[in-house]
Amino acid sequence: MATQNNGVAASVTHTQPLWLLAEITYRCPLHCVFCYNPTDYDKHTQNELSTEQWINVLRDARKLGALQLGISGGEPLLRDDIEEIVVEAKKLGYYSNLITSGVGLTEKRIQAFKEGGLDHIQLSMHDITEEINNFITNTKTFELKKKVAAMIKSHGYPMVLNVVIHRYNIGHIKEILEMAEALGADYVELANTQYYGWSLVNRNQLMPTKERIDHAEKVTNEFREKVGNKMKVFFVVPDYFSDRPKKCMNGWGEVFMIVTANGDVLPCHSARVLPNIEFPNVRDKGLMWAWQDSPAFNRYRGDSWMKEPCRTCPEKEKDLGGCRCQAFLLSGDAETADPVCSMSPHHHLIEKAIEDAQNPALQAQPILFRNDKNSKKIISGEVKDLIKDFHATP
Amino acid sequence: MTIEHHEIYKIAAHHRFQWEEAQQSHVILFPEGMVKLNGSAGEVLSLVDGKNSVDQIVASLKEKFKDVEGIEKDILSMIQFAFDKAWIEKAN
Repeated sequence: MATQNNGVAASVTHTQPLWLLAEITYRCPLHCVFCYNPTDYDKHTQNELSTEQWINVLRDARKLGALQLGISGGEPLLRDDIEEIVVEAKKLGYYSNLITSGVGLTEKRIQAFKEGGLDHIQLSMHDITEEINNFITNTKTFELKKKVAAMIKSHGYPMVLNVVIHRYNIGHIKEILEMAEALGADYVELANTQYYGWSLVNRNQLMPTKERIDHAEKVTNEFREKVGNKMKVFFVVPDYFSDRPKKCMNGWGEVFMIVTANGDVLPCHSARVLPNIEFPNVRDKGLMWAWQDSPAFNRYRGDSWMKEPCRTCPEKEKDLGGCRCQAFLLSGDAETADPVCSMSPHHHLIEKAIEDAQNPALQAQPILFRNDKNSKKIISGEVKDLIKDFHATP
Repeated sequence: MTIEHHEIYKIAAHHRFQWEEAQQSHVILFPEGMVKLNGSAGEVLSLVDGKNSVDQIVASLKEKFKDVEGIEKDILSMIQFAFDKAWIEKAN
C-alpha cells in the first residue's frame, strides 16, 4: 500500500471487508464472565440502528465486497427484525450466520429464518455440567441449549457449536466433544478465552495453566482422529502461551468489519478501547467512507505505524505486530509490539499475568459478571480496583 | 476416496458456490469460511451441478477449450481436490 510522507497510510485501499459482523444489540439475557463486549457497553445500548439502517449497512457492505455475514450481539434474538434482515441478506447474496445463545429461538422463528434463507446458526455451549453452564453465564440455560441444538438440527441446518474454554471447563474437553458428537454437531470451535472486555477483568479467575491447555489440545487431537471427517473440530490456541502474537483480524482493515448496535464501524471487536481514535458511524458519512477513507481504518493499515522492535523485524509481515488492543490494554501504548511477542519490551506483563492467574489470593477476587449493573459500576469507577492494571478503564 | 468418472457430483450441503462481482471470481462459502477460486477452478466447479457426470464435464470442457493440452488431467485433479476438501459430494 502506498504511504504518504507523514507515514499515515494513504486513503486509497484495495482491501475488501469480506467478513461483516453485525453486533445488532448489546442487550443479552446471559451474563457470561468471558464476554468480549466492551465493559462499558451500557453506554452504547441506547440508539440502536433501525431495521432500515441495518438493511442499508448490508447493502453498502455488499458493494464493498462483503460475503460472510455474522449476526451477533449481545443476543441478536432480542430484536424482532432478524427475520427481515435475513431475507435481505439472502437477496444480496450473503452467506449468513446467526450467532446466538439460543435464548429466544422458537420453532416459529427458526422456520422463518429457514424460509428467509439464513445459512447457518452458531450456538454457544459452555459445559457438560449444568452447574458450570449456569455459573459461567449466570443463567439457567443448560437444558434450553440442548433443546435448541436439536431444533437447529431438525431444520436441516449445519450445527456449529462454539465453546469458550477457560479454567472451569478445560478439564471437560473430551466430554464436551462427546456431547457435541451426540448432538450431531458438524463443526465445533473450542475457543480458548482471549482476554478482552469482561474476560480481561476476570482474567485471574479464567486463565488455565499451560499444562492444562497442552493436555486439552492433546485430547482434542485424539478425538479428531477418532471422529474423522464427520465433525470438524477447531482448537483456537490462546496467544498468551505462544512466543509470537496472532495476526489480529488478519490485519487492521484488511478483511473484517464490525458494525455495532449503535452504528459505530470498527476494524475489530474491541477497537473502541483504543485512545485518540474517532471511529466512524454509519449515520455520518456512510460505510464506504468508513472502510476506505476514515482515518480510523487507515490508522494501522500496513506497517508504517510500527515502532521498534517491529519496524525492522524480519517477521513483521507474518503477524503485523499482533493486536493493537492487546498492546494498549496491557502496556498503555497502542503502537508498541503486542506483549505476547517474546521480543516485546512488555513481554513480562504476559508472564506476570500467567503467574497471577495461579495466585490463590488473586483467584479469590470476586468474579464480575457481564450485566448492566456491573457495566454501570465500571463506567462510574466504582470497581476501579479490579481493573487498575489495565488501560481499559473508560 | 477417488472420484468415479461415471458418477454425478454436486456442491456439498451447507456450501454455496457463486460468482462474485466484487472479486471477479467464483467463491465457495461455508460455515466459518470461504474460498476464492481461480478462473479454471471456477469453470470446472460451475459444471459440478448435480446433473453432469464427471465424464460429461470433461467432454464439455474439452470441446470448449480445444487448444489446451492435457486439460483432462487438470479437470480431474480439480474435481478430486474439491472432493477431498468436501466442497462437493455425490449427487445421490
